[in-house]
Amino acid sequence: MDAILLQVLNGIDKGSAYALIALGLTLIFGTLGVVNFAHGALFMIGAFVAVTVGKILDISKVTLDPVRVDFLGNPAKIKTPYVTEWFGEFGFWMIEWSVLVSVIVAIPVMVLIGIILERGLIKHFYDRPHADQILVTFGLAIVLQEVIKAVFGANPIPQSAPELLKGSLDFGVMIGMAENTVIYPLWRLVYFCFSDLIIGGVFAFLRFTTFGMVVRAGMADRETVGLLGINIDKRFTIMFGVAAAVAGLAGVMYTPINPPNYHMGMDFLVLSFVVVVVGGMGSLPGAVAAGFLLGILESFASMPLIKDAIAAIGLPSIDQIIIYLVAVIVLLVRPRGLMGKAGMMED
Amino acid sequence: MNLMKDRLLLIIFACVVLAAPLIFAPTGAAYPDLLQRFAIYGIFAIGFNILFGLTGYLSFGHAAFLGVGSYSAVWMFKLLSMNIVPALLLSIVIAGVFSLLIGYISLRRSGIYFSILTLALAQMCYNLAYSVLTPLTNGETGLQLRLDDPRILDAAGDAGSLPSTNFFGLEMKEVFWNPTIFGYDLQFNWGYYVCALLLILSFWISIRIFRSPFGLILRAVKTNQTRLNYTGINSRPYTLAAFVISGMFAGLAGGLLATMDPLAGAERMQWTVGGEVVLMVVLGGMGTLSGPVLGAVFIKYFENIFSKINDGVLHGWFAIMPEWIENAMVLIVSPFVGKGWHLTLGALFMIVVIFLPGGLVEGAQKIGAKLSGANKRAAKVGIE
Repeated sequence: MDAILLQVLNGIDKGSAYALIALGLTLIFGTLGVVNFAHGALFMIGAFVAVTVGKILDISKVTLDPVRVDFLGNPAKIKTPYVTEWFGEFGFWMIEWSVLVSVIVAIPVMVLIGIILERGLIKHFYDRPHADQILVTFGLAIVLQEVIKAVFGANPIPQSAPELLKGSLDFGVMIGMAENTVIYPLWRLVYFCFSDLIIGGVFAFLRFTTFGMVVRAGMADRETVGLLGINIDKRFTIMFGVAAAVAGLAGVMYTPINPPNYHMGMDFLVLSFVVVVVGGMGSLPGAVAAGFLLGILESFASMPLIKDAIAAIGLPSIDQIIIYLVAVIVLLVRPRGLMGKAGMMED
Repeated sequence: MNLMKDRLLLIIFACVVLAAPLIFAPTGAAYPDLLQRFAIYGIFAIGFNILFGLTGYLSFGHAAFLGVGSYSAVWMFKLLSMNIVPALLLSIVIAGVFSLLIGYISLRRSGIYFSILTLALAQMCYNLAYSVLTPLTNGETGLQLRLDDPRILDAAGDAGSLPSTNFFGLEMKEVFWNPTIFGYDLQFNWGYYVCALLLILSFWISIRIFRSPFGLILRAVKTNQTRLNYTGINSRPYTLAAFVISGMFAGLAGGLLATMDPLAGAERMQWTVGGEVVLMVVLGGMGTLSGPVLGAVFIKYFENIFSKINDGVLHGWFAIMPEWIENAMVLIVSPFVGKGWHLTLGALFMIVVIFLPGGLVEGAQKIGAKLSGANKRAAKVGIE
């Protein structure tokens, strides 16, 4: 029981990232009908927004210590970050919670990047074949990735979570099990809650606002909405910005779990596509559900118990390929995906 | 008329390929290793073009077949003989089997789904090779030759050193002619000529497929698959055949890579390698005969030349200018060369997709048409 719970918990943080990226991909696909191969790059840019914010907050004024000396006999240097000088206590809080600051910074930055991309590039590809859309966004992904590599270098840049959330949680005790059976890093739990919040937010936005209603109507029948005198293009552009922000926030919050590097976007992209296809192209709940499902499935397949069972019947371990296997099976049995709607890219 | 044109194209192509060590000498690319890569990736791209250029099915998974080809070739070197013929045959066959399997699954869907499915399956093959099938692929280290391999057909004469790949006794690495022409030190080696002949053969096959009724049906798939189905033709077997053919070309290319250097690693199967062949075909001109080879040569050439340019070389280039302009120019250009070569490639690729969907070949044709148009106009003016 505790082992199963542990695997579920291990699966949900990766599943959350998959779900968030897949949600953004589906939003873009459902509204604009474009398959965005650069979506992984947006995830990565979000992570590097966090890196940049961390670096900016860390810019310090260097003063010489009048008393202490370092081992060479020179006066020791004291670094005081400017933010603490300007804001005092609040500055220290900002450095400590730089991830949170990054989230606040990332939202406008990512929305802006998304809108610029849509207006500047993707807009011109609505009437071109899908292959062209894939190719141009693939090229864009390479360019974004290489720009980040040129600016930040090729090595991963570790980011730390706030001190308060760094530890781990003895999850087993909370639900009445023995101590030290189910230990779970606190930040991953935060990531899970955060992604639920975002997913809930996006759904509520689409469900309960007039803007969301228009967007949903546009997803169902773009032409009719246009004929009713509503500027649907403008709203879809904003939805692209929202999707970019969702991917970016997923990236920002992922930095303490995995040090960001320039190719993390490509690594996540392939899996996110699989998630979208399994969930059903164009279905938002499908994308989210498949994200969590595949994340948990992946962690189950790497469980020692199951590994032994598979080895016992003479098969090699499948934890590396389980997601792809499931995707193939789902597509063979149910080509539309788990929750796919009829008529969505059926040709 | 068309037949004559094709023959002419084939003859010109063959001449260029056979004389490549001489032609590329002024560009600094005429060393056997790079020329061989040109030919191998040319074959890879020609095969990919038969699928993507004709049917419009965009596969991101062809790296898997390249890798499978390499692994089978190395296994043949280990088990049977260092002769490249059985190795290449096996790599074509195994890649064909793999592409039949993957093609059968992924061709159930078209459009975006197809691309994503091939991507997922290729990534699965990569993971299989990297970790799951370690006994077959030697995992992270990669499959290598060893002294105690059986090699049934080869007499174990070469004790103490690893044998090298050969074509009935002609060693692939051997430089058989080393003349100095026009002051250039040229190297002609067997390995390149094996690849070159196979490249010419592939090119010929691709011409034949382009002109055949089979090729016509493939084009019809690209134009309008629904209409084709309504005329009573089931397009699936044709697209599957195209997929398998392109997979076999990729397997051949993979096998040839293994004959250059008999080791195979999983990184050859990563989907970004499959993305690279997409870049080659699109850059050169998809659906054209010579475009893919052009794209392959272009990318491999600049990959080797651009990535060697560092700040020192750049300072040399701009040395004539005043100091501050020199430094500014180096600052502007340096992110795009050396290690930043991929940035240039990505940007160039985007530019081609946006403005020149037909690739470099279309660009050349447009320029040619403009020039000849200008000539005609000039002639007209002269007459008037």
